Amino acid sequence: MTALLDVRNLHTHFRTGAGLVRAVDGVSYTVDAGETVAIVGESGSGKSVGAMSILRLIPDPPGRIVEGQILFGGRDLLGLSAEEMRAVRGGEIGMVFQEPMTSLNPVLTIGRQMTETLQQHRGADRATADRRALELLSLVGIADPKRRLGQYPHQLSGGMRQRIMIAIALTCEPRLIIADEPTTALDVTIQAQILELMTGLTRRLNVALVIITHNLGVVARYASRVNVMYAGRIVESGPAADLYHDPRHPYTIALLRSVPRLDRPRQARLDPVEGQPPDLTRLDGGCAFRPRCRFAVAACAEARPPLEPAGASGHQSACFRRNELSAAQAAA
Amino acid sequence: MHRYILNRLLLSIPTLIGAAALVFLLMRLIPGDICMVRLGGSGGTVSASALAACHAQIGLERSLPLQFLDFIGGFAIGDFGTSMWSGKPVVQEIASRLPVSLEIALLATIVAVAIAIPLGTISALKQNSWLDHVVRTVAIAGIATPSFWLGILSILIVLDVSHYLLGSPWMPSIDYVPLWDDPWGNLSIVILPAITIGYRYSAVTMRMTRSAMLEVLREDYIRTARAKGLVEQLIINRHALKNAMLPVVTLIGMEFAFLIGGLVVTEQVFNLNGIGRLFVLAVQNQDYTLTQALVMLTVAVFVVTNLVVDVLYAWLDPRIRFG
Repeated sequence: MTALLDVRNLHTHFRTGAGLVRAVDGVSYTVDAGETVAIVGESGSGKSVGAMSILRLIPDPPGRIVEGQILFGGRDLLGLSAEEMRAVRGGEIGMVFQEPMTSLNPVLTIGRQMTETLQQHRGADRATADRRALELLSLVGIADPKRRLGQYPHQLSGGMRQRIMIAIALTCEPRLIIADEPTTALDVTIQAQILELMTGLTRRLNVALVIITHNLGVVARYASRVNVMYAGRIVESGPAADLYHDPRHPYTIALLRSVPRLDRPRQARLDPVEGQPPDLTRLDGGCAFRPRCRFAVAACAEARPPLEPAGASGHQSACFRRNELSAAQAAA
Repeated sequence: MHRYILNRLLLSIPTLIGAAALVFLLMRLIPGDICMVRLGGSGGTVSASALAACHAQIGLERSLPLQFLDFIGGFAIGDFGTSMWSGKPVVQEIASRLPVSLEIALLATIVAVAIAIPLGTISALKQNSWLDHVVRTVAIAGIATPSFWLGILSILIVLDVSHYLLGSPWMPSIDYVPLWDDPWGNLSIVILPAITIGYRYSAVTMRMTRSAMLEVLREDYIRTARAKGLVEQLIINRHALKNAMLPVVTLIGMEFAFLIGGLVVTEQVFNLNGIGRLFVLAVQNQDYTLTQALVMLTVAVFVVTNLVVDVLYAWLDPRIRFG
């Protein structure tokens, strides 16, 4: 079975005053139809740039996709004309952004912002588009949808706005939704609701979901597979349960130790990831995580470790010591 | 909305009274007065009795509070008084000059908006392209070039070109004719000053449009619009322009208000009998009543323009409408 989305060796670079930033530096992963995949990493790891690259929304200049393939339903999105790409955006792939407060246009009504997608892609008339908007608003759990259509974003709460964003992403029955930190800007209680809503809806409608987050807790619960990114590369990849219980990359281990977990003794101290994220303009030939890694050895300075199988099937890690790590962790 | 407008108009009353007090005092701080100007015009000495008679004739012998109350009271009931210099009603003096100033201001605004908003938008969309550089250079030149110099230049060009084409130099008539009496004659008089002023005006507006547009284009909701797969034209016209117009509208309003009465030099260059020239004359002659009336007119124009801008703002931005 071919994957719905097949990202192959993607490189997205930014030309900045400080030098060339390889924000995405050779990333490959697949997403099957209807599957939920998480991409996890800290700020600056390239996870958002990678997602935006799929829809070719990277502003050029300064950014540019310099290499790779993004196969979506068998077609390479990077080879499409501007016109064809526009049909994919909002038509076949929906996107939900991080900031619901600023992602909706403050001077246009909710109704207008919802209906224009359908009008653009399907040439729907106003009445059809309005009906679809009402249907979508009920679908994402917004009460009194008729009234909401005439309102402006500032009259709605953050959680509601994110529901609207999800509704907009679902408008044209896409096959894939990319959600870039969809809950980061929301209250904790709302975060769970929005995640439940998104995963529930995508499962029901058989829409694949790529969810980008810095929160490993989100991942464990909702995603079937996880890609952990560091300094523009995927450093660990595998089924969520494997990755959670048997992490094979020091960065993943550090990330897991830095968040509170219910399956650990209460006395266990939280352990923040030491050091700073790397400066992407000054990476050397070695492993980018090396300066912050407590398992680093001499070999790590000589080459960047490639992503190779580790542990259970489908589990991969880009660490020279991936096979020693479970033991090391058990001892820790 | 009506309530809001009414509130705003009521709030403008203190502004008007403040402006009235200020101009009243400032005019009287200037050494001498209209009688000195009138009687001492030939350079001779002025006798005390003649001066007193002159003061008595126009009411300057009264105490300052009494004169002020007379001024304010007159305005309150719509009696703007007579010019101390010409003896004609102030209303008549202003009415004969206002149409030309108003027409030039309106025409210059139209010229400015018609040039500035499309060019500013294109400039922002094609940031750092050769087109952007050309537009920005033209805009900088517009800000740096004094309007009067451009005015003189445009007159010379018209003279030269008409001389070359018609055999004899042609110049529009100096006498102002109302638009509805002789549209062609009227336009031939106001078009050059309107373009001259409109150029500078459009340069300022264009730069504001460009920078506002650049800012808006970086907003998250523009990215959302792109992610929805909207065509570029829709993104610009529906999503970006309305947001970018907010600061531009403010600027246009302020510039427009300035044009009524602020065009002293340009009116001089084109030999136009407008409000700006009347202003200078009134101050030179120390014509208290006329100067006061002109200042009040200018303040009123600013108040009304600001109100129009605020109403436009509320129309453009629902956060203000419902806030």
